Amino acid sequence: MDFNQPADQNLFDRATVVGKPHARIDGLLKVTGTAPYAYERHDVVAGQLYGYPVGSAIAKGRIVAIDADAARSAPGVRGVVTTLDIEPLGIWNYNVARLFGGDVVEHYQQAIAVVVAETFEQARAAAALIETTYERDAIDVDLEAGWQRMQGTGEPSTQVGDVDAAFDSAAVTLDQMYHTPSQTHAMMEPHASIVDWSDGGQMTVWTSSQMIEWNRQALATTFGIEPDRIRVESPYIGGGFGGKLWLRADAVLAAIGSRALGAPVRLALPRPFMINNTTHRSATIQRIRLAAGADGKLTAIDHEAASHTLPGGRGENATAQTPYFYAAPNRRVIHHLVEMHLPEASDMRAPGEASGLMALEIAMDEMAEKLEMDPVEFRILNDTQVNPSDPSIPFSERHFVECLREGADRFGWADRNTTPGGRREGMWWIGHGMAGAYRGHLNLKSGARATLSNGRVIIETDMTDIGTGSYTILAQTAAETMGLPMGRVEVRLGNSAWPVSSGSGGQFGAASSTAGVYAACVALREQIAERLGVSDPEFSDGNVVAGDNVTPLSAITEELSAEDSINFGGFQTEDYLMATFGAHFVEVAVHVATGETRVRRMLAVCDSGRILNPITARSQVIGGMVMGTGGALSEELAVDLEHGFFANHDLAGYEVAVHADIPHQEVVFLDTVDGVATPLKAKGVGELGVCGVAAAIANAAYNATGVRVRDYPVTLDRMIDQLPAV
Amino acid sequence: MSPPIRFEMRRRTFLVGTASAVVAANIPWRANAQPTSLAGPERSTFTLVVNGEPRELAVDNRTTLLDALREHLQLTGTKKGCDHGQCGACTVNVNGERINSCLSLAVMHQGDEVTTIEGLGTPQQLDPMQQAFFDHDGFQCGYCTPGQICSAKAVLEEIRDNVPSHVTQDLTARIEATDEEIRERMSGNICRCGAYANILEAIHQAAGEPT
Repeated sequence: MDFNQPADQNLFDRATVVGKPHARIDGLLKVTGTAPYAYERHDVVAGQLYGYPVGSAIAKGRIVAIDADAARSAPGVRGVVTTLDIEPLGIWNYNVARLFGGDVVEHYQQAIAVVVAETFEQARAAAALIETTYERDAIDVDLEAGWQRMQGTGEPSTQVGDVDAAFDSAAVTLDQMYHTPSQTHAMMEPHASIVDWSDGGQMTVWTSSQMIEWNRQALATTFGIEPDRIRVESPYIGGGFGGKLWLRADAVLAAIGSRALGAPVRLALPRPFMINNTTHRSATIQRIRLAAGADGKLTAIDHEAASHTLPGGRGENATAQTPYFYAAPNRRVIHHLVEMHLPEASDMRAPGEASGLMALEIAMDEMAEKLEMDPVEFRILNDTQVNPSDPSIPFSERHFVECLREGADRFGWADRNTTPGGRREGMWWIGHGMAGAYRGHLNLKSGARATLSNGRVIIETDMTDIGTGSYTILAQTAAETMGLPMGRVEVRLGNSAWPVSSGSGGQFGAASSTAGVYAACVALREQIAERLGVSDPEFSDGNVVAGDNVTPLSAITEELSAEDSINFGGFQTEDYLMATFGAHFVEVAVHVATGETRVRRMLAVCDSGRILNPITARSQVIGGMVMGTGGALSEELAVDLEHGFFANHDLAGYEVAVHADIPHQEVVFLDTVDGVATPLKAKGVGELGVCGVAAAIANAAYNATGVRVRDYPVTLDRMIDQLPAV
Repeated sequence: MSPPIRFEMRRRTFLVGTASAVVAANIPWRANAQPTSLAGPERSTFTLVVNGEPRELAVDNRTTLLDALREHLQLTGTKKGCDHGQCGACTVNVNGERINSCLSLAVMHQGDEVTTIEGLGTPQQLDPMQQAFFDHDGFQCGYCTPGQICSAKAVLEEIRDNVPSHVTQDLTARIEATDEEIRERMSGNICRCGAYANILEAIHQAAGEPT
């Protein structure tokens, strides 16, 4: 199905299933512990051995020798393969560092060996016996030094008007520096795979991946084999947040072990290994300059940022939103990639905007204060309905102002104390803050197969459900399109034997894959109509209705199957700018003596197209708000500048938000349908929730205390020496 | 009570920071992993009573209770999130108390009564806490969920038993299942999907059910 123009009125505008709250159809398996995750597939193949990884103890250099003799002769060990034993493996498009093979070390805990044994304990113990000799190269892991080098250089990615002239003539200006630290996905399920490549022919991979087809293609490139020889399964995924977009060392080492020993091998990355072995969100350094007239209208936005990456990588572009979010006639945007020898920086939930809005939305708060304006009104005044960098391109839908007004109204924003440090309750300073949220929307081609069998419809696609609710919203889409109750739809996901979908990432999954399932169901409807010899029938209440001719779907005894994809036309990006918007409001309490910040209340208002299932969408948004709270107050990967690795590489040292950190959360969806986006008029929402949250908290902490913290996380040590006297 | 474990910290060579290491480019440099040595019998045979059923195990002494459940009994409902007692995904109930099963060697549990998520209910017949999590969408990816549910059941029992927590203000009064008490007691169970607000609602629902 080609989607070459905006959707007109269609069945989703009178939907009875799509858009309605429906409990997760995979929920019963998850609450009973019976949903099988990658490392739990004892049933899929007999004789599984246990693999355990060994990582490099240096950040950069060369491996001179690996002594694995003791490991090889350790009890239960069936084999050891070191990186010196094989030629360098291939590197797929989106991977930066080599996953295995050869003597070059590109980052700390890059995989250098795999031990395969009969039990996990034997493999782990033997892995500790491996001794490695390195030649160590000098490293550079100092982002601040990189920023100093690159600031003011390079070609802007966006340059509109005359920024310098606008600053010279502006009534009010702001020029501030902001820092965001590196962050890690810290999904609860470690990267894990079982691989059977015993005979060197067919490779079967049971893994935990957001992107089945990318995983398959990456395996093919890595091992230099035909993709047709690889099958990848990942029906349940214990969280990803971008960390499982890519093929990683778990599957590669398990495949090598399996090939070497002629047996299936299971391997999970140990938690303390994950943070340095896999990818993370890069730290950013950001300089933001804003200029405005006395009326509060922005006249110029100048955003310069830097992030780190291994050579050839993408870093974290914190300027992602700046070309589009606020109106201003003059604009300059530039992002510097600083090549450093830390582990591989890559995508994490809302890559770009998550870090960018942490800074920009503090800057907007500071600017509003300078202008003596309400920060909500300041943002409303600087709204735009067109791409401010190219005013001929309108937003497909943009209801940011409604988000701000609705949020302010519901939160009771007007009643807040506006004098920083002006409200105290007992031992706590109370503050309120808000921030805008922006996250681009993107679609990817997505396919599915729909099969009618005994009055039931089965959907098969390689789409994944990483906790986002894909199973449920795809079932809702099929139920709506086929006129069936939810109980008569079965959804099968995460298998490369099935049609290629968008996969899950970049908040493109829900909108793209539901459109793909719609396309497959429309193709099935056409087959059914042809089979029944009717034209243009309606599908409702389990029946095919063509005039007086009513045929129950259950009366069709022959199994019918149709496969199709949704292909998104160029009009979406050529004629429109698609994005999602939101507004966050929070109340914090900051301890008068210690500077500890506690979040007391959170509200998000979201404008992200049709909400396909308000239960799962809300869970995505509150989850984003939780991650944003961690980003505001505690999450920070600490860099060991001498050795070039993240020192706090486990869940004790890297502090994500826990139950005690999270208050009552309210989420409002404006349910603004967007016909440009998909036939279902839906856009992504999974990443919008994390965008802007941290800045809203930092702004609230400022309102509480008068201490402006521009470097995340907003920990007590950054406040305590400036707190108001008590 | 288990005897205190004596151990000696051995710093891995690469953690011994010296200024010379910075300029030591291209000098052969060695990282020695900590050697392991095994003394005494390496395997033990013992019985766990898992979800009411005696299960005999013969496993490597290094096997954690978590791996005994997941790898040997193939009860994979209990999850391994960190294997270091930092995330709570492996929470099970042993002799009436919740523990992180990754921090406990299986061999220490001869005769112990272990209840896992599989012992609480099935998709066809949910425990009230499982039902409450389902009703309130108290999960997303589902990986921390069994641990959250096992913990949540124990939290309500601890409150009913008047066991104080860090946030209990009055040690002489009856402890109530307040938001603050539940959040505090559940804080050893990380949910990176961030379903905390929904989990809180679920626990309140289950707290209202007759026990």
